[in-house]
Amino acid sequence: MKHARIAWAGAVHDAIEHQGQLLLADGRTVAQDDVVWLPPFAPVSRPRTILALGLNYADHARELAFKPPEEPLVFVKGEGTLLGHRGFTIRPPGVGHMHYECELVVVVGKAAKGVKRQDAYDFVGGYTVANDYAIRDYLENWYRPNLRVKNRDTCTPIGPWLVDAADIADPMQLALETTVNGNRTQSGNTRDMIFDIPFLIEYFSSFMTLQPGDLILTGTPDGVVDCQPGDMVITAIEGVGALCNTIVQGTPCASTT
Amino acid sequence: MKHPSTFWPRGTVYGTLLNFDAELRALGEQVTQAPYKAAPQAPVLYVKTANTWSASGADIAVPARVSEVEVGASIAMVMGAPRFDALGGPAKPCVAGYVLVNDVSLPHTSFFRPPVKAKCLDGFLGVGPVCITPNEAGDPSGFVLEVRVNGALRQTVRFSEALRDAATLLADVSSFMRMRPGDLLLLGCGPDRPLAGAGDHITISAPGHAAFGTLANQLVAQEAA
Repeated sequence: MKHARIAWAGAVHDAIEHQGQLLLADGRTVAQDDVVWLPPFAPVSRPRTILALGLNYADHARELAFKPPEEPLVFVKGEGTLLGHRGFTIRPPGVGHMHYECELVVVVGKAAKGVKRQDAYDFVGGYTVANDYAIRDYLENWYRPNLRVKNRDTCTPIGPWLVDAADIADPMQLALETTVNGNRTQSGNTRDMIFDIPFLIEYFSSFMTLQPGDLILTGTPDGVVDCQPGDMVITAIEGVGALCNTIVQGTPCASTT
Repeated sequence: MKHPSTFWPRGTVYGTLLNFDAELRALGEQVTQAPYKAAPQAPVLYVKTANTWSASGADIAVPARVSEVEVGASIAMVMGAPRFDALGGPAKPCVAGYVLVNDVSLPHTSFFRPPVKAKCLDGFLGVGPVCITPNEAGDPSGFVLEVRVNGALRQTVRFSEALRDAATLLADVSSFMRMRPGDLLLLGCGPDRPLAGAGDHITISAPGHAAFGTLANQLVAQEAA
């Protein structure tokens, strides 16, 4: 089942995909074009932990001139950076290199502590797609990638669907693709991750307790290019969804630096 | 105003590294050498994930593989609702109060990569009992913290020595990410952070600001899984 969270007709609704439309809990259906899409997660009682992998595909590591890491390169995001499907992401004025990153997201399904890799998939609730934008102009070498690069408002679109884990036969065999204004610029496959999903769940749960609703963004393959205001960026993962985002120009007054 | 008996964060907790000149000085020439290559420009931030939060009075488990942890006494700004400007432009971030914190870390000497494995262990953020109001706080540059291990004074943190005072830090952070109501932003942990191990009792208090109460945590050996 594919779950969504949307705003429509004056309220926020949980919904599922049904015959190409959105089915609300009260039985009404609504067209996908007629709603505002929110990140596809039920609220949680504490801020969700959002872990993200850097350089988790060997080809992308080479693209950025790094040798592949020997242990996961992990950074953490705040919930404030998340944005729904069909949202607008701000490109600050004067920026030279802002790129998308198409990533498979693991949504934790139950509390996980000290999990062994052979049991890891028992703790996955589902999957979604993230576009983990980076603005490389702001890179500094202290706790890199630093939050000014990776934790900006509007810069982590996520969705459209939360797909139940049971519906994804093998999350390590999924094609990823990004198009910019319809041109394919990035393509890869989750099989090329350096640290796979069972490894990551074992690794994180060895020192921290993951809770339902926590997210693991598993990194991106090569093929990242600069994007400009007006560009429509679609990050898509086979069987999980196609996440659409449009870049808009920030104004010097209202936008952040 | 009556205080709640115990404070608990509602939002994301952001920490701040290197907000004291003495922390940078302690690194010496490393600051301009690889991998850092230059002193930081923007605030150096990290996240203390929700699994790290420990109430005052709670035990904090020290993993068996380390003998000591670093005690990072600090004060967090607790964010309130932003204030809109009727003339336009971005809403101004507003501080609802301040709370004591103990940002526990596994000791680490490299600050090149994000410190998830050093700072996001279960229980590794002691959270003070009381969120004091901005009125009670006065100028945050006047905050002084005393850190005691088993009763002995081990560190004094004077926020008058911070590189960015609270208002400047908040403005600089808000220039690239809006803090949300309920989020916390730490003012930095100061130089010469003490080490402590299982069996040690840590207390953090703010002389001159008794309203904060005392943040007390007992370090204990992690039980074998």
